[in-house]
Amino acid sequence: MKSRLSALAIAATLSVSALALSGTAQAGATFDGVKQKGYVQCGVNLGLYGFSSPDDKGKWSGLDVDMCRAVAAAMFGDAEKVKYTPLSAQQRLPALQSGEIDILARNTTRTLTRDTANGLNFGPTNYFDGQGFMVSAKLGLKSAKQLNGATVCVLPGTTTEQNVSDYFRANKMTFKPVVIEKNEELNKAFFAGRCDALTSDASQLAAIRAAEVQNPNDYVILPELISKEPLSPAVRQGDEEWMNLVIWAFYAMVQAEEKGLTSENVDAAMTSPDPDVKRLLGVTAGNGKALGVEENWAFNIIKQVGNYAQSFERNVGTGSKLKMPRGQNALYTEGGMMYAPPMK
Amino acid sequence: MTNPVQALNSARVRGWLYQALFLACALAVAWYLVSNTLTNLATRGVATGFGFLEREAGFEIGESLLSYSASDTYLKALVVGLLNTLAVSAAGVVLATVLGVLIGIARLSSNWMVNRFATLYVETIRNVPLLLQLVVWYTIMNRLPSPREALEVVPGIFLSNRGMKFPVLVEHAGHGWALLALIAGIAAAVAIVRHGRRHREATGKPFPTLPAAIAAVLLPPALVFVATGAPLAFDVPVLSGFNFEGGGSVTPEFTALLIGLSVYTAGFIAEIVRSGILAVPHGQTEAGLALGLSPGKILRLIILPQALRVIVPPLTSQYLNLTKNSSLAVAIGYPDLVSVSNTSANQTGQVVEAVAMMMVVYLIISLSISGFMNWYNRRVALVTR
Repeated sequence: MKSRLSALAIAATLSVSALALSGTAQAGATFDGVKQKGYVQCGVNLGLYGFSSPDDKGKWSGLDVDMCRAVAAAMFGDAEKVKYTPLSAQQRLPALQSGEIDILARNTTRTLTRDTANGLNFGPTNYFDGQGFMVSAKLGLKSAKQLNGATVCVLPGTTTEQNVSDYFRANKMTFKPVVIEKNEELNKAFFAGRCDALTSDASQLAAIRAAEVQNPNDYVILPELISKEPLSPAVRQGDEEWMNLVIWAFYAMVQAEEKGLTSENVDAAMTSPDPDVKRLLGVTAGNGKALGVEENWAFNIIKQVGNYAQSFERNVGTGSKLKMPRGQNALYTEGGMMYAPPMK
Repeated sequence: MTNPVQALNSARVRGWLYQALFLACALAVAWYLVSNTLTNLATRGVATGFGFLEREAGFEIGESLLSYSASDTYLKALVVGLLNTLAVSAAGVVLATVLGVLIGIARLSSNWMVNRFATLYVETIRNVPLLLQLVVWYTIMNRLPSPREALEVVPGIFLSNRGMKFPVLVEHAGHGWALLALIAGIAAAVAIVRHGRRHREATGKPFPTLPAAIAAVLLPPALVFVATGAPLAFDVPVLSGFNFEGGGSVTPEFTALLIGLSVYTAGFIAEIVRSGILAVPHGQTEAGLALGLSPGKILRLIILPQALRVIVPPLTSQYLNLTKNSSLAVAIGYPDLVSVSNTSANQTGQVVEAVAMMMVVYLIISLSISGFMNWYNRRVALVTR
């Protein structure tokens, strides 16, 4: 039912917003629009622990949520000026295309099609992920190559279905997919034994295991990652000014980590003699003007949201239930892929 | 002579005018919506069109009536989804009708137990949302033991949380001939029924139609089967690796959806059948008894023909509902048209096209069912002589 309704809702939203927005698309429209209404409309997951999920008071948190809060902090000097639109996998692209949201930060994989034919532009990757398999420890499997003939539970609406088909085809193996649209029903089916394996992004598997299983050792995530999933924030094509702000709001968090700036010490760092820090915090003016926001934009991000390491550890790392290692998401200086271009 | 002003005073001319005006407005709105959507999709750089149907789908489908693999096109994937929808709908319509008629008659039973049970069934089933019922059935299916501890209900038939596995006949040339004989037998049976009716109408004497027809259907294939050496080899499911290999199978998703749809719709059909039978005045039964007809003949020759004309129209909408409700399959993982369309839409980003195609296909299925049922309704309509 949900899907049928959501499909109809998509069609309706598309045509209605197509009506409402006819002829207003122009460069800078989103940037100016956001500034005028005074908040960022942010498309997030319906609830994925660690990336975007509401707590019992309705307050959203997560790595993706921090992306939106960083943009709000840069634009308004207040990370709270964000309104959230929870979106299903099917709804997310139309919601952005139609102008319902300003930015999509919903663990979305950057792909060529989405970057071109679907009319989106992606910002820098805020989480490098990969699709994996989770199986019951009782099966005693050591590798995904032993999954020939298995039944695999898959969540639709992502690149996941195609990846798993590609992997089995490439390794000359067969499998039976069971595709269920609702997370809860899919997880229930998997834990009831309907499928031998559950496939999704490794971070999501860890999140599901943390949330659903009494003893996490009963289920293992197999070592193979069968896809590249660079999860990135996305904006509509046609507003470079807005896109720039999203891109550099994220880089400011990475740069802050590299420079050792945290939400605790950033006040003291205003007097730092380091020219890079001076430029980042707006002590040396220029960056803010170039982006069209206040000079203390990056200071506000670091003060209110934190640097990338703080956001990571709080949401998916050691400070969270997921306990994900930094891995590919460490700074480039520590063997990872997080790298901010010079901010000058 | 009529001048234009006088023509406007004519009700007929004005009727035409208003209709033309209304049609023009409707067309203008439709044109505006479509063209505006297209323009806006284009300005946002979103590709449109049905070209994606020719591309490789790249995803597997859990069950398929055709041989399908990830290297086939989106079009074929959608056809597989459509066939799955048709399969579960067709089976559901048959099952729901049988169950519905039984429950409907049971509600009229004079046996207190049977009557109360049927009432309880109808009131419960009709008043619980279908989606909830489907989830319950699916949960029950998933609570079955794993393949390694499968229940062997009858030797060779295994029940597990991977579905029901059963032996299938290994193909043999003799089967083809037996099938041909069966078709010939059915044709003969039809001829016998016609002859029987003519015989009865001409002479007023009964003809043993039923036994003769059954013999005509069953005897020829049985003879051919024995003549070709009674080839009976079975492909029996065997446990291997993760699951059973060989034999035929029915998945838990299909079973849960089929049971859910049939049980739910049967609740409504039962009420329709009951109302249809109650619509025939009791005097008709008494008249039949007075003529010396047996109760079975009264039901078959007097009650049912009159009840059917009340039953068939609402029954049509139940069949339509069942077919459309099959799209709830996405909730429990049965790969129906909606499920496959959603995946295609997500992979290609062609949401508008996919939704449009789904709407057109459901419209065609529904209109076909309506058309067939309307034809049937005309056949059973009361003929006055």
